[in-house]
Amino acid sequence: MLELWTTYGIWTAMTLMYIGIIVGCVLTAVAYLTYAERKVMSAMQRRQGPMTVGPFGLLQPIADGIKLFSKETIIPSQANKIVFLLAPMLLFALALMAWAVIPFDKGWVLANINVGILYLVAISSMMVYGVIMAGWASNSQYAFLGALRSAAQMVSYEVSMGLIIVCVVLVTGSLNLQDIVEVHRPIWVQIMLLPMLVVFLISILAETNRAPFDLPEGESEITGGYMVEYSAMAFALFFLGEYSAMIMMSAMTTILFLGGWLPPFGIEALAFVPGIIWFALKTAGVLFFFIWSRATLPRFRYDQLMRLGWKIFLPLTLGWVVLVSGMLITFDALP
Amino acid sequence: MASEELLIQYLPILLFMFIACAISVAMVFGSILVAKQKPDSEKNSAYECGFEAFTDARNKFDVRFYLVCLLFIIFDLEIAFLFPWAVSLKEIGMFGFWSMMSFLGILTVGFVYEWKKGALDWE
Repeated sequence: MLELWTTYGIWTAMTLMYIGIIVGCVLTAVAYLTYAERKVMSAMQRRQGPMTVGPFGLLQPIADGIKLFSKETIIPSQANKIVFLLAPMLLFALALMAWAVIPFDKGWVLANINVGILYLVAISSMMVYGVIMAGWASNSQYAFLGALRSAAQMVSYEVSMGLIIVCVVLVTGSLNLQDIVEVHRPIWVQIMLLPMLVVFLISILAETNRAPFDLPEGESEITGGYMVEYSAMAFALFFLGEYSAMIMMSAMTTILFLGGWLPPFGIEALAFVPGIIWFALKTAGVLFFFIWSRATLPRFRYDQLMRLGWKIFLPLTLGWVVLVSGMLITFDALP
Repeated sequence: MASEELLIQYLPILLFMFIACAISVAMVFGSILVAKQKPDSEKNSAYECGFEAFTDARNKFDVRFYLVCLLFIIFDLEIAFLFPWAVSLKEIGMFGFWSMMSFLGILTVGFVYEWKKGALDWE
């Protein structure tokens, strides 16, 4: 009995410690992603950005966190109070949970499950529930319309994202995220996946409701969308959840297309750098793309967004699944 | 034994779920406890750009949102079929490839019909 306890006790303690480390890193990354976003956007618009709190404004995210924590949580009297408070919690918990399967380096993964990519797809589908719950429970016109738009947009782009992931799975022959990174891809296969990388990058912008697809929050028309009634920490959880989802999607792009923790372009001379550094650098590169497109591109119209999703991306990705599988089976290059 | 080992792999995810839920609950209710709460009826009314809310938000909405969700279910199911097919394409070979192609062909007929009927248009 004692032996059983020590084995499982130690295992549980270790797992809890790893979870603590992952959550701590993710929350720090989220905090400094908001800082990086403000700094990069201000540099693109020839301003200074946050400068007052701490050296170069480095303590700004912490100050923001404390401010949001100490504000009053306003719950509208017409709202469905339980669902109203549940929605941000659900969204934030899901955004954190996705990190359980992400491999940061060779073997550095909390749960090395054999259907890792399906788990990530499931988590990102579940996030729609948080949005729709928030919009419905607020019982406000703006919130309701924003939630409907957001849900329709997220499910539309999920279809093309799913088909792109099927393309990658065809090439790698495994749903395990570590295998997806490590399976050798011939150069012609990589070239064939390149258009899918472009479509995937645009789809994750739409999936996380980021500019130029930020219609659900379009400030000038629906004043913040499904988040309009939220304040204090409930609002902060939406915010943190959105940014955590952004980092998660960037990590997913890194794993599916950019070779995860492996050195870029397969250059062996760069292999002395720890894998986690490459992983972080590649993820940061994708995140820079998120911020860059926010600073430069104007917002889409809703009909344009739906046309892009259903009439361009869906036929394109579906055709690409057929093309990739046909090529692989013809040239006998299946893994 | 093999199935037990498979389940053990999911145990960290379960623990992670509990911790993530605990953190989010602690953050929201911690803030409610710490911060000063001063509700009043004006503050708690639904936001509508400065004036009182005209109507309840629980009313009719555009049927096209419903249509998009229906289309989504069809295509998401298709993707759910594609995943196991993509993993096992090497074993099932040419026969598996062509059976999936005929399935996708039937689906494409439906897609073209939707397109021509204007279900994908937002004017």
